[in-house]
Amino acid sequence: MMKFDEIQLRLLSEVADLHSVPEGAYNIRSNGESAGRVSTANIEIVPKENASGLDIYIKPGTKNESVHIPVVMTKSGLKELVYNDFHIGEGSDVVIVAGCGIDNCGPDDSEHDGIHRFFIEKNASVKYVEKHYGSGNGKGKRILNPGTEIYMDEGSYAELEMVQIKGVDDTERTTTANLKAGAKLLVRERLMTHGDQRAISLYDIVIDGEGASADVVSRSVARDNSYQKFEAKIVGNKACHGHTECDSIIMDNGRILAVPGLEANDVDAELFHEAAIGKIAGEQLIKLMSLGLTEAEAEEQIINGFLK
Amino acid sequence: MLELKNVSFGVTEDKQTIDIIQDVSLVIPDNKLVVITGPNGGGKSTLAKLIAGIRIPDSGSILLNGEDITDKSITERAKLGLGYAFQQPVRFKGITVHDLIRIAAGKKLTAADACEHLSAVGLCARDYIDREVDASLSGGELKRIEIATVLAKGSTLSVFDEPEAGIDLWSFQNLIEVFEGMRKNISDSSILIISHQERILNIADEIIVLQNGQLVKQGTKEEVLPELMGTSSAVKECRNGVVVCKDGDVK
Repeated sequence: MMKFDEIQLRLLSEVADLHSVPEGAYNIRSNGESAGRVSTANIEIVPKENASGLDIYIKPGTKNESVHIPVVMTKSGLKELVYNDFHIGEGSDVVIVAGCGIDNCGPDDSEHDGIHRFFIEKNASVKYVEKHYGSGNGKGKRILNPGTEIYMDEGSYAELEMVQIKGVDDTERTTTANLKAGAKLLVRERLMTHGDQRAISLYDIVIDGEGASADVVSRSVARDNSYQKFEAKIVGNKACHGHTECDSIIMDNGRILAVPGLEANDVDAELFHEAAIGKIAGEQLIKLMSLGLTEAEAEEQIINGFLK
Repeated sequence: MLELKNVSFGVTEDKQTIDIIQDVSLVIPDNKLVVITGPNGGGKSTLAKLIAGIRIPDSGSILLNGEDITDKSITERAKLGLGYAFQQPVRFKGITVHDLIRIAAGKKLTAADACEHLSAVGLCARDYIDREVDASLSGGELKRIEIATVLAKGSTLSVFDEPEAGIDLWSFQNLIEVFEGMRKNISDSSILIISHQERILNIADEIIVLQNGQLVKQGTKEEVLPELMGTSSAVKECRNGVVVCKDGDVK
């Protein structure tokens, strides 16, 4: 495996909690190239022939195995578009850890656009963790535009944890999903923007199967002059359950737009949307200050908890 | 020891100034449990907020252990040894009971340490330690956690604003025991409780009566309580759980 420098190691630990070579199957992509790849008996990672990216095949019935596919970029001005397809076999139960860290100390924009497609077969279960992180004090922007497409077969389960807390200047994330009967989708998004950052998060979820359910919960904080847009649409075409929630804290001159979208095409479709945007409650600050924290320390604790 | 000297505080509403606290002077001595009582709207909670630094007096001064804290912030007062339990505890999304007790203690706490503070307020610690301090907790649970944070902080003066508000009868019994325990272990600190409850008045060393923003009475429990229970207006305010007999005895 390629040797990593300090910055690359720091990015790997931020986005994938990796401090050494991961167990199980993995592919580490560094500055546009594969820096190490390992398949296992049940999980095969194959590079795409006609495009940049990977096909990841998880054999039916694979249990308690994991795949790590982190991406790190440390060269200023690098732009890449990567397609990764996950084929998750019937009845399997796996954890997939993705994520991208960009360190840009140079004058040019660095951009990673990753399109992840999940083909989740019957009764398969997947937990997907995606963390995005940016660092470096160059003038060049750190840009991440992830696209996630999820196709869920009958009785399948997917849990997505998507986190972007620091240092990404511009992001447009699009998540689409299609659910068949009995499928269950859970999405937990955590987002914080600062400086002049901009983050847009769009969800378009179509529930086509009876008894399927989708739950999308976004918690976000917009500080300084940053801007966020959260747009969550759920379409219920059968007796199903859908819920979206956007819970946001604004600080300084931060701005947030939350757009709900619910479409029920079946009398037994139950769809809900909740949204709340506001500054940190004064009472919360007072409580923590009465325990001896300064106002700034109190703010930090409240935000850390909120985004946990 | 806490000392209030000629403290006044008012609010302006529709260009009219309403006096909430008028020229109040009092002393909360060390090693004492003092209860401030009096009719609703009499200024009790405002007085507690003035002591904690959440409100700043228009005039007068507040001294904690001889140091003038009138212009000090909430944080500074907390660091000087003041504790304050909210009448309506605050909820936090994502912050767990363990987190809050750790913040209160001001140091890293193992789950076992945090559990001790929860057990002290009658909560089965294991069930609560990892729960978020959010809307999933009941009023009584929140109230006890609030008290646990003040205990964990450790203060030379702890102020409790109506600890009985919003909790059920069963929890109330436990609460009295918590305060009795605190009274027993008061060592060099003092406790100030804002309350209407006769059973809380009964564990007081001293009682202060505040009415229309003015201090109308301060004395030992033996001096103040019989008189308080003897007046029909006061009984109305203090009658929760109180039976007043014809001879003025309280049961």
